[in-house]
Order: sequence, then C-alpha cells, then structure tokens
Amino acid sequence: MYLFPPRPADLSRRRFVQGMALGGAVAGLGLLRSSNVWALTSPGQPAVLSGTDFALDIAETPVNYTGASRLATTVNGGIPGPILRWKEGTTVNLRVTNRLHVPTSIHWHGIILPFQMDGVPGLSFDGIAPGETFLYRFQVRQSGTYWYHSHSGYQEQTGLYGPLVIEPAGPDRHRTDRDYVVMLNDWTDEDPERIYARLKKQSDYYNFAQPTVPDFFRDVREKGLSQALAMRRMWNEMRMNPTDFADVSGCTYTYLMNGAAPAGNWTGIFKPGEKIRLRFINGSAQTIFDVRIPGLKMTVISADGQDVEPVSVDEFRISVAETYDVIVEPQDERAYTLFAQSIDRSGYARGTLAPRAGMEAEVPRPDPVQWLAMRDMMGAMGGSAHGVAHDTPGVHGMQGMDHGAMPGMAHAAPVVRHARTEYGPGVDMRVDMPRTNLDDPGIGLRDNGRRVLTYADLHTIGGPVDAREPGREIELHLTGNMERFMWSFDGVKFSDAKPVHFNSGERLRIVLVNDTMMNHPIHLHGMWSELEDPDGRFQVRKHTINVQPAQRISYAVSADNPGNWAYHCHLMYHMEAGMFREVVVS
Amino acid sequence: MSMHRRNTSSVSRRPALLAALLLALPLLATAQSASAPGSTSSMDMSAMPGMDHGAMSNMPISANPDASATPEGKMPGTDHSSMPGMRPQAVDHHGMAGVDHGTKPKGLGDMSGKGAMPEMTMGPMQGGSPPPDARSPDYSDGVAGSTVHGLHMHGSKSFGMLLIDQLEAFHGRDATGQAWEVEGWYGDDENKLWVRTEGERSGGKLENGDLEAFWNHNVATFWSTQLGVRQDLGEGPGRTWAAFGVQGLAPYWFDVEATGYVGASGHTAARLRADYDMLFTQRLILRPETEINLYGRNDPQRRTGSGVSDVQFGLRLRYEIRRQFAPYIGLNWVRRTGTTADYARQDHQPVLDRQIVAGVRTWF
Repeated sequence: MYLFPPRPADLSRRRFVQGMALGGAVAGLGLLRSSNVWALTSPGQPAVLSGTDFALDIAETPVNYTGASRLATTVNGGIPGPILRWKEGTTVNLRVTNRLHVPTSIHWHGIILPFQMDGVPGLSFDGIAPGETFLYRFQVRQSGTYWYHSHSGYQEQTGLYGPLVIEPAGPDRHRTDRDYVVMLNDWTDEDPERIYARLKKQSDYYNFAQPTVPDFFRDVREKGLSQALAMRRMWNEMRMNPTDFADVSGCTYTYLMNGAAPAGNWTGIFKPGEKIRLRFINGSAQTIFDVRIPGLKMTVISADGQDVEPVSVDEFRISVAETYDVIVEPQDERAYTLFAQSIDRSGYARGTLAPRAGMEAEVPRPDPVQWLAMRDMMGAMGGSAHGVAHDTPGVHGMQGMDHGAMPGMAHAAPVVRHARTEYGPGVDMRVDMPRTNLDDPGIGLRDNGRRVLTYADLHTIGGPVDAREPGREIELHLTGNMERFMWSFDGVKFSDAKPVHFNSGERLRIVLVNDTMMNHPIHLHGMWSELEDPDGRFQVRKHTINVQPAQRISYAVSADNPGNWAYHCHLMYHMEAGMFREVVVS
Repeated sequence: MSMHRRNTSSVSRRPALLAALLLALPLLATAQSASAPGSTSSMDMSAMPGMDHGAMSNMPISANPDASATPEGKMPGTDHSSMPGMRPQAVDHHGMAGVDHGTKPKGLGDMSGKGAMPEMTMGPMQGGSPPPDARSPDYSDGVAGSTVHGLHMHGSKSFGMLLIDQLEAFHGRDATGQAWEVEGWYGDDENKLWVRTEGERSGGKLENGDLEAFWNHNVATFWSTQLGVRQDLGEGPGRTWAAFGVQGLAPYWFDVEATGYVGASGHTAARLRADYDMLFTQRLILRPETEINLYGRNDPQRRTGSGVSDVQFGLRLRYEIRRQFAPYIGLNWVRRTGTTADYARQDHQPVLDRQIVAGVRTWF
C-alpha cells in the first residue's frame, strides 16, 4: 500500500517535503525599489505592483528552501515575482530587463494581446538578450486572475513566475472583504536540465510509488491469486506503470504556496464572518495539485480569469497553468489549512487562513496513491462502477467493471481518427473509444467522499465570445511514450512538425484525444479555448484545458488574432520533449 | 573419425542456421512488438474480472453511425473480425450472447432498437501499422512557420548515458576475480551510438570479454535495432565480428537483448540476454538475469565450442541509495555446455561455477 508520507525516519526526504521555515528568496521581501509597491496588511505577502508602468528585473537570486542555497531566476528578487495589478481598459507598459547571462522572456499567460507581445522566443520576438530591456506594451482587454512566466529554457521551473490580477473596468461581480493570491509552485534544488536528462534515461526515476512484490502478495492474500494477476496483467503486457502521474515528484520537489515551503506556512489573515476571495494559480512546471480547505466550503466563481456560475465544492484539481478564484467565508475564530497535495500524493503545498499570524490547523496527510483505473487507459471501454473500488485502499479499481455505468457512453461514441504518424516508436498507446464526459474529477479524486469540482460544473457567465458554429474541425491526439519519455501531438514532436494553420477570422473546433495515461494541460496562446460539453454545447471559456487520460474533449476557437502562436502541453518537461505546436493565424 | 565427421557436418550446417535465425531477429522483435498489443487488446477483456459483458447491451454506442440494426438474436454473431487485434476467444461469448438480458430492463430497449455492438472498430492499443485511411497530421495548409530567431526546437535534444550495470568482485569455486557489464550511449530519441562491453578478470589478467559498438535505431515503441561490430578481448585471438540485433522491453517488463554475430572465415555467434527487476521496496530490487552464448563452430583457440557454449543465470539484490547508485550482492551460476564444457574439462576449469558476487550499479 502506498501511504504517504513514508516512514517518519526518512528525515532527508521530510526536509524536501516540508522545506525550511525561513526558505524563500533571501532578497525577496522588503527590498523592493519601485515606489508604487503597496504591501498587504499581513506579513509575508508577495509584493504588489499596480498601475500602468512597470519595471521588472530578471536576475539570479539565492534562495534556500531545503537547507541548501540555490540560485533562482527571479523577477524583482522574489519567488514568486511581484503581483502585477492591472486595470481592464488601460494600456500597460512593462520594461523587462534581463540581468542574467542567458536570454530570457516573459509570457503573459492567458492574456489576449498582439502576438509580438506574447513573449515566446522564436514566435513572438527574439527573446530578451542578456543586458537588454524589452518593452511590452499592450491594451488590457480582460479582467480576472492570470499569471506570467518565462518561456525560455527551464526558467519557469527555476522561479521566473508571478501572479497577474486584472481589475474589471466596471464593478466587480463579487464584493469581498479580503483578496489573496494563492500561487502554487514546485521548487527543486536540482538543475531542471538534469531532471529532463534523467527522465530521458530512466523515465520512472522520480516515481517512488511503483508496484512492489509485497503489494502483489497482499493482493493475493486479500483477493486471491487470479485477481492479483489480473489487475496487473494489462499494465505488465503494455509495459506501462499504473502510478505514473507526475513524472517528477516530491522526491525532488518542495511544493510552495506563495513562495513558502510547507514549513514556512504562508498565512492569510481574516476576521470571522469576512468574505475572502482566494485566487489560486498553479504556476508549477510539472505538478498538478488537488486543493481543499478542511472545514470550509469553497465557492468557485472564476476559472482561468473568466467568471463562472458560482459552484460550491470541497475540493478542486488545478492543473498546471490553470487559475481558479474561490470565495470562502470562515465563521469561526480558528485556523484553516490550505492544503494542496500533488496529484501523485508525494507531497503538498500548505498554508493557513487564520485570525492571527502564527496560528495553525491540522495538516491532513496526503491521500493514498490509487492506481490508474481502466477508464484512464481505455476510455469509454474502461468505465468502472462508482464506489466499488476507489475508496478501499489496495483495491485499485480494475474490478467491478460494470459497463452499464460507462460514463462516456451515454453519448454516441465519437469516431476517433488516429494520425498515420501515431504508429511509430514515439507512441505507446492509442485509445479507440475515448471517454467524452466532463464530470469525472479524475484519478485520485473519484468517490473520495468530498464534493470535487469537474469541468462539467463550470459554466462561463455570458456564454461564448463568438456565437458562430465552428466551420471546421482539427483533430489532434496527445501522444507519448512513457518508457522513453517522448511526448508529442499525433506522434510528431515539434522539432519534426509543421505548423497548424488557422484561417484568420474563422471559428473552428479543436478536438483533442488523449492517447496517453497522463493528464495534459493544453494551452493555446493568444485566443480563448471555449470548451464544449459532450453534445457540442458551450461549457466554459479557458486558456488552459486539462485533458484527462483516455479522454476526448473539444473546444471552439475564434481565430481573430493573427500571428504566430505557441500551442502546447503546459507540463514543462512534456513541452520540452516535443508536445508543442506553432499555430499560425493568417 | 566418425566423431570428427559429425562435427564437420554440424559446423557446416550450424552457421547457416544461426545466421538465418539471427537475421530474422529484428523482424521477430518488430513482429512481437506489433503483435503484443493484439494480445493486449484481447487480454483487456479477460483482465477485467467481474466485468459484466451482459451489461454491454446497455450501451447505445455506435462507433459506426451507419451500422444497421442488429437483431437481438444475432448478438452472439458479433463480427469479431471487425476488431483487429482482438482475439475472439478472449471475448466472453456467453456474456455477449446476452446472458444478462433478462436482468437489464433498461438495456433491452436500446438493444432491440439499435443493436448493441455494431461493427465496433477496435484497433490494437499499441504497435500495429496505420490503416490506409489514417488521418494526416499535417494541418499547415502549406503555410510556413515563424522565421523569428530564437525558436527552441522542443524534442530535438541529444543525451548521453553511461551505465555501469555491473562492476563486481566474484568468488567462484576455483577462482576469484572481477567482472563488468557496462554500456553507454549518445544520441536523440531516434538514433544513438551505443557502446557495450562485458568481461571478467581473474588472477590479475583479462580472461575474456568483448567490446561492441552499434548504431541503435528505434523501430517500435519498445524496440530498437542495433547494427555494429564486436571485438573480442582476453585470451586467445581477438576476433572481430559484425554484429546485428535487437534490444528492448518485452511484455511483463523483461529487458531483452538478442544479438547475432558474423566473423571472419565462417565464424558465427549469438548472444541472448534478459533481465527483470523485482521491487521489494521502492529501493530494494532483486534482478534475475540470464545470458546465453551460442557459436556456430568450434573455436579451440578461444575455447568455445559449437552450439550453446554457456548459460549464465544471476540473482543480484541491489539497494538504490540513490537511483543512480546501488550496491548489490548476488549469486551467479555459469554453466558451460557441449564442446565448451569439454574444453573446460581439458583446462581443469569448472563446467558449472557458482559465484558469490558483490558490486555496484551506477549510472551517469
């Protein structure tokens, strides 16, 4: 059984998981030069810059999260970088100076702007050379919670990220007493390039929750030999790992909340009875988080910066690059833990909401690791009955198959068309009957007794930006070879691929079929991705859409922003391996 | 005399047989990688204990919208041939025949109306080759990509690895010494330069070993072909061989290498290796490993005989202090067979040697 954290004796690992109380950017707080900094009332808050003119310095800054000093790539010396507060309708000027020895860039994630301002070296511009200053200047035409990060090298792993908060031109839909950004990140002391190289050499390098011989005998004891063999059979024959969720785990990562390790305990202050807006941003390189606040219901009011019909939940999964705004209303004079466990349950980011600084609430243990279920491998062919297997530790969801309950099957199974390039060495599986339902919270969250947000709960207020029916369809498959750590679209890595062409002005539909057993947050730059429900009706407007294993989703795009755009999986190591396309709108 | 003639005849026949076998290896491996998924698909059905096939009648699925209604009575005759890669016998015909129809009131309506399993096109989940009408991945409409500088070509990077899989001291019945198995590679996802060496020292001198260099080319999801040369080291003449083979990961996570060799003046050889990692914990790993060497003809100078010359079986228990550094202890059995065993007897070497080994596995 995989229960975390492992043996308490594992002190060295504990230090990674918990981090150092005083970690963070040494030069971070209190050293901000800009005059328009205004600090929030609580200590330990990220710096906030607001207005229309910003000077951002990118430099190396020493940090210490694990007891060892490392150089981070920072914006104005902080991890995360300063919160930038813009106002809808204004034109912002951002002077970004590169004080590194290598090129850099900042991409404004989710912001609709001219492609020259999008910050992707090689597509938008040449990048920012060492010593140079680049002026980003564009009109802000949206509001909500977003973020920014580097699009150069591995800098989004080493610290170059920060929150963006855009006030609406009109009144805010939700009036709250307090407003906190909660940015989640994964920090590593290792060189990200080495992490990538290790994954290429041994793709399960960071997975310490693999099936073992004792697990097998436990299953034999509990379920009998034939069951124990049967639940392993497909994984063994396909040479795939039922616990490959994250590629990179808490074995090297220290998970951060607003730049603080779990031991650092970032704290947001409140008075009982207040209405608090929490702007969650997953700025990780590779980590998907499951977020909850034991004791508090969260009302989700916004996804990827776009207001949605409020929905009350206990927990939500936030994929890499997504943002969710929630409202909480704690009534009691007590502390509440903000708990964000990684999808592979190898660690967590943690903070506290409390009436006074220094208070703490109980920190839950990460949930037990569950094996990927049949539906994560076979899509609609692999649906499993709810409640049969998932809440029982050690029962891994392969039994109790009841096809009557196949979630995706309520709708006529869509015809899946694999690309002819999906039959090569770079692809380790193809799903012929993907699931199409959006109401599955995903592996590790099914039937956990909590009300978990799904995409089916999200309805953007006001409907789509463009009411036209899509005129055509582009089908792309998310593909990979987990053993060789190869990632691509349609089995073709970016280095071997041609661009994807959108006709300027057209409304088109993108169909994504996930032919892998991992989640992939897919991000289209420069244009909204308007997710559709299984029947093709508008569901929610997003900039990053997480596609679950063996799932087929579709979304409409209005190609109203000419230029060269990046389109990629936002798991940094997947993007690096080739899960990336250039989109040309012309 | 007759003995000699028998040897001669086997010598003349075996190289041809070996060569044929070895030439077929890459093909076999590719075929295996392609057929394995077929078995996977068939297995998918049987691997789901408790799967209620009767309940499939609930599904108003229609992978092929044009599929005509199938009368209920025809269910047992679901066209399995339309499911390439699915072994019909693996599908539960009893379930498909509608065993549970009576207990599925909701499904009956759908059943009679639409036909439950119309022409479900299921390809293999892995491997295989594209159908003739497979989709093109090209959505460029002939439009060229960006010409801006600084574009990073995601996915094109090359890497290098040095794996010291075994570096060990052994203590056998008659001898102690050191042995190694090391490989290194450099290249990208598709093509690598692959170097491999193994051998042993005893009594302070190199007994036998070899060094191989290959062009390693990915041909399937889990398999690559290897084409190159092998140079023998140690006692006897240092023979040089042309080498060709396959290596990869077989179903059930067996690491497999199969290499054939052709040397000068009709010498042929083959080497088969397989190993498997059993995780007792996330760090304590037992690796059973086997190696078989074959030769096409007797080579008295290198003391190897025709046919299977030796079989090795090892059990090594390692502890991964870090992923990249693991000390181990183990047992190794070496059995010389056939003429090679005769040579060993002549040389007062053991035919069966049991060795205790201790060493480290590390990689960079």
